[in-house]
Amino acid sequence: MADLIKLVEQEYTKVRENLPDFHPGDTINVHVKIKEGNKERVQQFQGTVIQRRGTGNGESFTVRKVSNGVGVERIFPIVSPSIDKIEIVKEGKVRRAKLYYMKGRQGKSARIKEKI
Amino acid sequence: MPGIIGKKIGMTSVFGPGGENIACTVIEAGPCVVTQVKNEESDGYRSVQLAFGEKKEKNASKAAIGHFKKASTTPKKNIVEFRDFGKEFESIAELGKEVRVADIFVEGDFIDAVGTSKGKGFQGVVKRHNFNGVGGQTHGQHNRLRAPGSMGNASFASRVIKGKRLPGRMGGARVKTTNLQVVKIIADQNLIVISGSLPGAKNSTVILQK
Repeated sequence: MADLIKLVEQEYTKVRENLPDFHPGDTINVHVKIKEGNKERVQQFQGTVIQRRGTGNGESFTVRKVSNGVGVERIFPIVSPSIDKIEIVKEGKVRRAKLYYMKGRQGKSARIKEKI
Repeated sequence: MPGIIGKKIGMTSVFGPGGENIACTVIEAGPCVVTQVKNEESDGYRSVQLAFGEKKEKNASKAAIGHFKKASTTPKKNIVEFRDFGKEFESIAELGKEVRVADIFVEGDFIDAVGTSKGKGFQGVVKRHNFNGVGGQTHGQHNRLRAPGSMGNASFASRVIKGKRLPGRMGGARVKTTNLQVVKIIADQNLIVISGSLPGAKNSTVILQK
């Protein structure tokens, strides 16, 4: 059953293998391809991963950053063709899988301990 | 219409050429067997009867076993007659011939799917007939949020008109979803990936037609 669905998703396994293994709490830099007319350029979005959810092609992750004092969150499907590459900037040490508590925090309390 | 019988496997998503995320249903369609061919001379119209899904011989009636034996195949679970098979008719209309997805559909085709929707049980008018309910927090509105409202007029008719949409059993009915695009066909595994959702639960039978 589920194997047959995997068969359909097979062509995306290569996309998945090219991505680094990142977890909630990590600070990552996502290079996103953006189309403007017929030109394509790459934009970077750097922030903290606050969740990874779903399975198969439906898997996605949320990256949060604070830009000019405003919190910005972007959700990316993990097999999205618009992701050029992902870099891990910092590995964070956190005690839960979904860091929703980060949404209400700023400044000192919004720090995440680094994994050494 | 040419078509095929299949089994719903589940849903996933696939990215299109423009990078758009397409929600898709995966269906194991065929291989079906031609169990009867009707033509103008003997039946007055042309059609092909297809059968799909294995059935134990002890669960099949003797009449059914005889019918399948004529096409020299084993008893099958689902039998569907497809009328006006179109230009595929000549190549397919042959007793006992195996019909596969790739014989009928190509990627990019727009197709219809017929299935039995999931049973929803006894439902009220808001869910069953898309009534709006009794809205508003004011005008003395009190605990009648999802009520059907008026049944009709008082002096004329003085009765509820036949066909008035009321609460009742919902779902479990034959539903046809039209204009679904074929995203992908994996011929060697008999899989067909269709954009959008289809009626019915996983493992339920669906009929796909052009």
